Amino acid sequence: MVRVDHTTRRRSAVHESFLKHGGFRYLKLALLLTAVCLGIYAGSSASPVRNGGSAAGYFLGILATVLVVWLAFLGIRKRAITGGRWSLKAWTSAHVYLGVAVLAISLLHSGFQFGLNLHTLTIVLLGLTVLSGVIGAVAYSVIPRRMSDNRGQLSGEQMIEAVQAVDAPLRQAARRLSEADALLVSSAIEDTEIVRGVFGRILAPDRNCPTARALAMMRRQSVRAGPLDGIEDKDEDDSERAVRERVTLLLERRSAMLGRARRHARYRALLEVWLYAHTPLTFGLLGALVGHVVSVFYMW
Amino acid sequence: MQDQGQDQGLAGTAAAPDGDGKRTLPAAESVKKIVAGPRVWQSPDPRAVRGFIRQGAARRGAGLGRPKASRPGETMFRRYGVAIVGSGPAGLSAAARAAVRGLDHVLLEKTDHLSDTIFKYQRGKHVMATPVQLVLRSDLAFDAGRREAVLERWAETSEGRQVHVRFRAEVVSIEGGRGAFQLRLADGDVIEAETVVLAIGTAGNPNRLAIPGAETVRIDYQLDDPRDITGEDIVVVGGGDAGIENALGLAEPDLGNKVMLLQRDMQFTRAKPDNVALLEAARAEGRLDFMTGVRPVSLAPREMTVETRDGPGTLVCDRVIARLGATPARRFVESCGVSFASADKEAFPVLTSEFESSTPGVYVIGALAGYPLIKHCLNQGYDVIERILGNQELRPADEPILVEKFGGLPGRRSVDEWLERMRTGIGIFNDLTSLQLREFMLESDVRVFSRGEAVIVRNDMGSSLFAILDGSAAVEVNAADPSITVTLPEGDIFGEIGLISGRRRGATVRAAEDSILIEAPRSAVLKLMATAPAVKRRIDAVTAERMIKQIFGGTISQADISTILAQCRLQSFKAGECLIREGESGFDIFIIRSGSVVAEKLIAGKEVFLSYVPAGSYVGEMALFDDGHRSATVRAAVAVEAIVLPGDAFRALLDDRPDILRSVQEQVYSRRQINGFIEAQKSSFGSVADMYSSVADFLVEQGIGEATDALLIDETLCIGCDHCETACAETHDGISRLDREAGRTYAHIHVPTSCRHCENPQCMKECPPNAIHRAPDGEVFIDETCIGCGACQRNCPYGVIQMETPPPKKPGLVSWLLFGMGPGPGQPPDSWIEKTLGGGGSKEKVKQAVKCDMCRGVDGGPACVRACPTGAAIRVSPEDYLKVSGMGRATD
Ligand SMILES: Cc1cc2nc3c(=O)[nH]c(=O)nc-3n(C[C@H](O)[C@H](O)[C@H](O)COP(=O)(O)OP(=O)(O)OC[C@H]3O[C@@H](n4cnc5c(N)ncnc54)[C@H](O)[C@@H]3O)c2cc1C
Ligand code: HEM
Ligand code: HEM
Ligand code: SF4
Ligand code: SF4
Repeated sequence: MVRVDHTTRRRSAVHESFLKHGGFRYLKLALLLTAVCLGIYAGSSASPVRNGGSAAGYFLGILATVLVVWLAFLGIRKRAITGGRWSLKAWTSAHVYLGVAVLAISLLHSGFQFGLNLHTLTIVLLGLTVLSGVIGAVAYSVIPRRMSDNRGQLSGEQMIEAVQAVDAPLRQAARRLSEADALLVSSAIEDTEIVRGVFGRILAPDRNCPTARALAMMRRQSVRAGPLDGIEDKDEDDSERAVRERVTLLLERRSAMLGRARRHARYRALLEVWLYAHTPLTFGLLGALVGHVVSVFYMW
Repeated sequence: MQDQGQDQGLAGTAAAPDGDGKRTLPAAESVKKIVAGPRVWQSPDPRAVRGFIRQGAARRGAGLGRPKASRPGETMFRRYGVAIVGSGPAGLSAAARAAVRGLDHVLLEKTDHLSDTIFKYQRGKHVMATPVQLVLRSDLAFDAGRREAVLERWAETSEGRQVHVRFRAEVVSIEGGRGAFQLRLADGDVIEAETVVLAIGTAGNPNRLAIPGAETVRIDYQLDDPRDITGEDIVVVGGGDAGIENALGLAEPDLGNKVMLLQRDMQFTRAKPDNVALLEAARAEGRLDFMTGVRPVSLAPREMTVETRDGPGTLVCDRVIARLGATPARRFVESCGVSFASADKEAFPVLTSEFESSTPGVYVIGALAGYPLIKHCLNQGYDVIERILGNQELRPADEPILVEKFGGLPGRRSVDEWLERMRTGIGIFNDLTSLQLREFMLESDVRVFSRGEAVIVRNDMGSSLFAILDGSAAVEVNAADPSITVTLPEGDIFGEIGLISGRRRGATVRAAEDSILIEAPRSAVLKLMATAPAVKRRIDAVTAERMIKQIFGGTISQADISTILAQCRLQSFKAGECLIREGESGFDIFIIRSGSVVAEKLIAGKEVFLSYVPAGSYVGEMALFDDGHRSATVRAAVAVEAIVLPGDAFRALLDDRPDILRSVQEQVYSRRQINGFIEAQKSSFGSVADMYSSVADFLVEQGIGEATDALLIDETLCIGCDHCETACAETHDGISRLDREAGRTYAHIHVPTSCRHCENPQCMKECPPNAIHRAPDGEVFIDETCIGCGACQRNCPYGVIQMETPPPKKPGLVSWLLFGMGPGPGQPPDSWIEKTLGGGGSKEKVKQAVKCDMCRGVDGGPACVRACPTGAAIRVSPEDYLKVSGMGRATD
């Protein structure tokens, strides 16, 4: 009959982006760390050369490695949703800033001695990983706002439904077009891919789009037919004209909907594509790092 | 047989071939649908029916009632010992008991099958037998299981026990008194009985579409599964949630239906905004059509004539789905002379502990009496017949539960002694019957506190009510100095403000000595308040008194309070209604008792949002210092209850008490400052203030005003990774309780479909097992006693509750990362679930309500927010967010 402990509310989310997290706590930490490492580097005697072989070098090398392994651990952290007081935002924030610091630390460790060897490969891979990471961080802070503007209040699924919603009226309207034009329209409906593969989405979302082609064709024809008031009488012409107008209008609508869906897909792809480099590079880096450590111990 | 000749009513079982022609066999279709229909009386074999009737008649000879001849010149009537109206679990159990005890009875059922409410559950629904501790005492067996199995078993039992049922016997009026009641049926027949048991549940009657030609087109008042209807032209009448949901279901493209929805008003005011949005989207996509401002006029085969604003029109129509709401059962019940505790929608009939209503001889049991669980219903059916037969020895079936509850207390008293002590000792319980007290205690707890132990803690969320059964309690009225206390004596109550306003506890209360307290959950108290007006009055008064004390300082004298209270009144406002209008004059002070309000001011022709005022504060005081001139409009953000304090009374108080005057002046000063600040902003940075104002309006409209803690997503940071959903599913049985993409967005602030943990949660309202609770941290959660009835899902205005079965267990993270086993973190896709479960689609669906529980019990708090990599997901409470200091934030 004893009352259970009272918990006090944790307000677990402050409205702050990952870059600003904790008042730039991890940026400060990363700067401090880099400064300390610079000090160590500057203070170490350069005999025979300033590189990973010296005591300072070992220290910096090990520090860099610990950091790299920790950075790579983010891949697990973000997937293992456990209890506890962690926040992925804090992890990302630390990851971003310490990730850049790692590059500086490894450069100091290497003593800027490069050649055509595994060691240099290691640091090149590290550099590329960091570069891809920086690109990702930029994407994370720039794209969401645009994606939000583009999406209105629709979900991805609803955007696709909005494209498809035009199909039925378009089909119906196209029945009264000439056979060639009708074919064009039905190809627009049937053959248009709404979204393509990742790179297609980013580089050329609209290339060879049958809807765009059909629309262009319809427009060209109506230009050729001249303005509406040029027509003498002919109810028939008039109604054909009206059909064309309607088809054009519907195609425009479909195009607009397609554009929005594709932009959405493009933004989503942009937010992901850099990871296709970042993650494999991480594995490459970890491999090269093992090679580097083994080689300096056994083959030197 | 001779007996039968006299007995019109008796012959009228659904399949009786020798009836007078009015009663025919159920339509072939509905026979097919009757999964568990009682065999004998739906069998077309006349011999079987006659055989059954004869046996029944023989037995009845031993019963109470003697066949009676009616007045000459009319059909002969016989008078039953008891007429039981409604064949739900309550009525059926009563009838079974009557049959076993040889009481001359008739069970009158409106439809052509037993237990219509259960009959209408979804196919294959798992019927749950809660509360588990309650012993079942009924002639009908009942275990948790599929709906079909439950119904079949009851049908068999009632057949075996020779329950005498008459189908299609809707009782439309009950007249007369004990010993001679006349029950008039919809078909004009009259049945006489000495006593009546009303067990008609709470479903009420669907409103009918009463237009000429209604018999020429099929009209459905319910839609079990839209997938059953294909390739038809369907007109759905009624633009409430039910109508819209049906229309959307029927308009699924693969069904090939043409759907038109008709709404009488120009707007869809009764439906949830989300449903209306879906409907509009469906029309934009050409999947269905709807018309507003139209009225059906008549029906002819395949055709409906309607009246629109622009004149009449016709619609092609193979079938009508009419969703016109329901007339609550209450109206009918009241017309039978049964009085209800109050005019409140939630009120129940006034009953004695024998279930007898205000009309002697009319008994009320089951959901209608306020006992919505099947087990309760079954027990009451049994009990009521025993009571009617004069069995005084019968102990209530819930006795063992109460024995256990009171058993641990010092002082070895019996349950009855404790209940008596409660009734006499605790003011609010004075007028309760022992039935009400028992019911109340079933849901409440008796707890022993040792001296100094905290009962409630300041700033905790909590909505239970405490009553002091023995001992006393000390309230720490001053947060800064816990040694200043006010003592509450034995018999007093506390915790009522949290209960009424849904807000945090205003003070810590400790046991002043070793004490025995009763802790009643919100639902039990609300139900009691609805059944017993005296309880409501008393709690309302205590709340008003203590709120005034809390607001104006604990030092107000009792005499002052009493004079003020005498002049106060309670007033309710609907969401959006104005408490105060800018520019008008008035002196009244409004103390917000529940709900919340927003203050707005007209600046440069635009309503500008000034502030959000939660329950527990007051508005209207500024006019006192401004000659009664209202300087701003105050509007209810959600449904609001306010204590209205007349300006004169308040003025008098202030004149008397300079300390209170000072504190009120301080408040006025700070509010003026805020208003001035916003006005200044408005002229210098008009757009910033506009933005803040419209964001605030948007959030209030999205329910953030009544939220205690809501999830928002800053779309300038959201990368759409859906990690929040993944994390939610991972921490909650593989079902995500939030839908990130759904929901509305304004100025890059997105309100996803996710629980707001409302101050006064609508979802709790009708939950039969009271499975929805509020925890001290404020989270509203559903416990495992949920029976899956879906009431909460219907009642939540924000559509955040889903009915779900947990998916099977997935392989762990490591096997997925290394070997690609299973679907990975997050909610598994349906395809995977199906594959894993194998073809066993016949498995029982144990669907229960699931919703956000704010990661109750998960170390570290809400996982959605912790799992967001960019900080887009945040949890906010309105006080934090709807502040002027939010002005910058809102526009960032
Ligand atoms: C979807 C859903 C799921 C549920 N699941 C569960 C569960 O799993 N476990 C549980 O314990 N409870 C559950 N409940 C609650 C439970 O079903 C009801 O509370 C219970 O059936 C009430 O029983 P009753 O006998 O009082 O009335 P009802 O079962 O409602 O029966 C009333 C009967 O009276 C008839 N009637 C009405 N008016 C008249 C009239 N004028 N004349 C003649 N007859 C009339 C009706 O046709 C009906 O057959 C659920 C409820 C719903 C809606
Ligand atoms: C992120 C981690 C690391 C990177 C990117 C890195 C990279 C490099 C590079 C570029 C060099 C210069 C090679 C040269 O002189 O040609 C170097 C040298 C060296 N590194 Fe590392 N290194 C890392 C971690 C380590 C670790 C963990 C150790 C040992 C425990 C280590 C031990 C050494 C040694 C001993 C040398 C000197 C080799 C020599 O004198 O030629 N390094 N490292
Ligand atoms: C040696 C350096 C780095 C390593 C080894 C590393 C490794 C990783 C890994 C393994 C992931 C998880 C990817 C996934 O599973 O989806 C990741 C994510 C990420 N990294 Fe790095 N990274 C490094 C440096 C950086 C840098 C310098 C930045 C940015 C400046 C960066 C930004 C990110 C971001 C934004 C994510 C995505 C986080 C999320 O969406 O949860 N990384 N990184
Ligand atoms: S489920 Fe709905 S009604 Fe209940 S607290 Fe959450 S948002 Fe409010
Ligand atoms: S939690 Fe919802 S579904 Fe479950 S019993 Fe209560 S109201 Fe019904």
